[in-house]
Amino acid sequence: MTLPRYLAELQQEIEEHARSLDLDFFDVVFESLSYEAVNMIAAYGGFPTRYPHWRFGMEYEHLKKSHTYGLSKIYEMVINNDPCYAYLLEGNSLVDQKTVMAHVYAHDDFFKNNVWFRDTNRKMMNKMANHGTRIRRYMSKQGVDPVESFIDNCLSLENLIDIHAPMIQRRVREKRSQDQCRNTTKPPAEIPKLPVKRKYLDPYINPAEYIEAQQKKLVAERKQARRFPPHPERDVLLFLMEHAPLSRWQRDVMGIIREEAYYFAPQGQTKIMNEGWATYWHATIMTQRVLNDAEVIDFADHHSGIMGTRPGALNPYKIGLELYRYIENKWNRGRFGKEYEECTDLDKKHTWDKHLGMGREKIFEVRKLHNDVTFIDEYLDEEFCYEQKLFGYGFNERTGNWEIDEREFFKVKQKLLFSLTNFGQPLVAVVDSNHLNRGELLLTHRHDGTDLQLAWAQATLESLFRIWTRPVNVRTVLDDKHTLIRYDGKEHTSETVSATDDPYEDDSD
Amino acid sequence: MKIDADHARFRHIVRGKIKENLKRFITKGEILGKKGKDVVSIPLPQIQIPRFRYGHKQTGGVGQGDGEVGTVLAPDSVEGEGAGQAGSDPAEHVLEVEITIEELAEILGEELELPRIEPRGKHRLEAEKSRYTGVHRVGPESLRHFKRTYKAALKRQIAAGAYNPDRPVVIPIREDRRYRSWRVAWIPESNAVIIYIMDVSGSMGEEQKEIVRIESFWIDTWLQSQYDGLEVRYITHDASAREVDRHTFFHTRESGGTMISSAYKLCAEIIKADYSTGEWNIYPFHFSDGDNWSTDDTKACMDLLKAGVLPHSNQFGYGQVESPYGSGQFIKDLGEAFPEEEKIVLSEIPDREAIIKSIREFLGKGR
Repeated sequence: MTLPRYLAELQQEIEEHARSLDLDFFDVVFESLSYEAVNMIAAYGGFPTRYPHWRFGMEYEHLKKSHTYGLSKIYEMVINNDPCYAYLLEGNSLVDQKTVMAHVYAHDDFFKNNVWFRDTNRKMMNKMANHGTRIRRYMSKQGVDPVESFIDNCLSLENLIDIHAPMIQRRVREKRSQDQCRNTTKPPAEIPKLPVKRKYLDPYINPAEYIEAQQKKLVAERKQARRFPPHPERDVLLFLMEHAPLSRWQRDVMGIIREEAYYFAPQGQTKIMNEGWATYWHATIMTQRVLNDAEVIDFADHHSGIMGTRPGALNPYKIGLELYRYIENKWNRGRFGKEYEECTDLDKKHTWDKHLGMGREKIFEVRKLHNDVTFIDEYLDEEFCYEQKLFGYGFNERTGNWEIDEREFFKVKQKLLFSLTNFGQPLVAVVDSNHLNRGELLLTHRHDGTDLQLAWAQATLESLFRIWTRPVNVRTVLDDKHTLIRYDGKEHTSETVSATDDPYEDDSD
Repeated sequence: MKIDADHARFRHIVRGKIKENLKRFITKGEILGKKGKDVVSIPLPQIQIPRFRYGHKQTGGVGQGDGEVGTVLAPDSVEGEGAGQAGSDPAEHVLEVEITIEELAEILGEELELPRIEPRGKHRLEAEKSRYTGVHRVGPESLRHFKRTYKAALKRQIAAGAYNPDRPVVIPIREDRRYRSWRVAWIPESNAVIIYIMDVSGSMGEEQKEIVRIESFWIDTWLQSQYDGLEVRYITHDASAREVDRHTFFHTRESGGTMISSAYKLCAEIIKADYSTGEWNIYPFHFSDGDNWSTDDTKACMDLLKAGVLPHSNQFGYGQVESPYGSGQFIKDLGEAFPEEEKIVLSEIPDREAIIKSIREFLGKGR
């Protein structure tokens, strides 16, 4: 539906403000929709043309219900695309529509300029429609059920992609390492010997036969260790596409799921930055340019609604906005660099102001180069943590309550960073496609102090088994013990394994 | 809308899951108390797509606000179990699906192979909502059909040669006016009443009452789906009987003895007073542990049933729950007293596992 005249005029006004404030964006196509249509499009992740799947129906029911009960209301949706599509809820008040538009232009600027979005498909609207057509075609050929349950299996592994892949050409490096692999049949330079205190005893303690046996053993071990893929493959979906016994339509469907996962990944990686940026700009544009006297109260009311926090959940809008403002302030006053960092006079630091006025410039640079992890890592410091009253919390098994368990800056920050790394998903990679020389698949989970949820992991292995069709294993740590969780198509087992030869160790990056 | 197909698909899956787990729902009584007026809400955890993921309880998270180390956070302020900090995917919450009672009854019927009930008695007439079905020449202005009126005027003007295509002015006159009209449809309605009778004497424990509660939920659900109107009455008894509301019915506990005849007498009185017109389908259900005070009283029970209850009822259900204190004699007495009576259904419910079998016995006759 085309925009009604009064909204089109608003759009023009807001766009001019955004441009004059140096925001740089794709053209925006606004559509004004009823709340039912907004809920529907939100259920489809923003793309009305998406492939059919029951989970969208589930999502829709959830949104509809929380809308009916007044628990949530979707004000706006923005699609990373060129032109950028954005949806407005019809019947919102004028001040809301203006705020949303300003918000949208900032999101659009972020999509266009942030480096993590560099490789996303900007014609995704068309691509999604294309995916929809392909999947519908497979459904009419193969039947709805097989295609749908295959999609379910793929979605189960959707988070096992290599989010850094667009930035790194891993395959080139792998070629070289394959060559190295071939050389591993050569005997290693040093044969481990038993310790000898006196040199003349050496031939007796480590006789030639022993050395030879050791050498043979080592070579055999190396041979055993030669596996495919030569390096842990984090792009599990890609690996399966290339090596699992799939038919052509299955391979194509998996490719579609993978492509969409990569498209959405940067949005998961930059939630705080992206929402913070949009909030910063809607606040700036509205308060400095757009608002008239009659609208101030309404705007303040809604803006503070967006900024609301609950103790047990970090509000990305709030924390993002505050951090941008904090950075802007620091760079405006020149509170950075060696001189400032090394200054020990608290009084002096408190009133430090070099009138540099570099704040705006700095936050534009930040929005270009960072993702949530590096953003937090680089700019969230002790002062900010204290100002924003950040804390870590955990579940107290003894009392059965959620409790604040950390106020110390360093640990709070670490906890926050952990929850953002790999957008909060476990790092899992394929290490061996011929495990035990029986064609079994071996995955490994890089354990960072937190266990996988066993029941979920087992259900995921079932999905994986249906794709790989041979027994599947995942190595992880449960209750401080290295464990191999396995599913062979009939039953689940888990056994404790030795802590050594953790296959992830040789892939340091 | 495009989403409708996906939504229907999701509902289909939900139905399948409920069917799969129906036995568990029945024996565990999980969905009792989640019953609204027309819908039941059912927690279905297995419907999500599984992924490798961390347990939120182990990772915890970062929050914002006042409080010292050790301060307890309100549970509903903590981000959903397992939902990562940055990605707050709403689909990650435990899924509470709502399903209409009709749909649930349908599933129950399919799973337990229950026959539909052919209502008996005269059909009472009940006014149904009026519907707009046609167009009339007279009516109130508020119901004027603009398009039809305009068309009629246009037709008249063309027929009369008064229409000028270059200056297309169409003016309706009185005769052109058309109005929406409605019709009131009368449809037959059948009504049913369930009279629950429960022994609340000292020998009935919590577990026994829970079984009755679960069973009555499913009987309600099924009969509600079979009749347009359903009333439920509750009678508790020990040595004497009284009519109570639903809450009291499941929550009273008396220590007295047991005189079943008192309850049957009250039941017969209720039927006589409120439901004797022959328009009602009457379903008395009696749950007890099978202990009665004396053989004389048992005899009185049989007489009351024969005279005041059975002639008016579609079916009389007697469910005997097993308790460590009850003798379980009453079910045998009933069986001996009415060896040929089809309207009496006897069912023994030793434990929760037997509830399904018992529901099937009670509702399996299609009466």
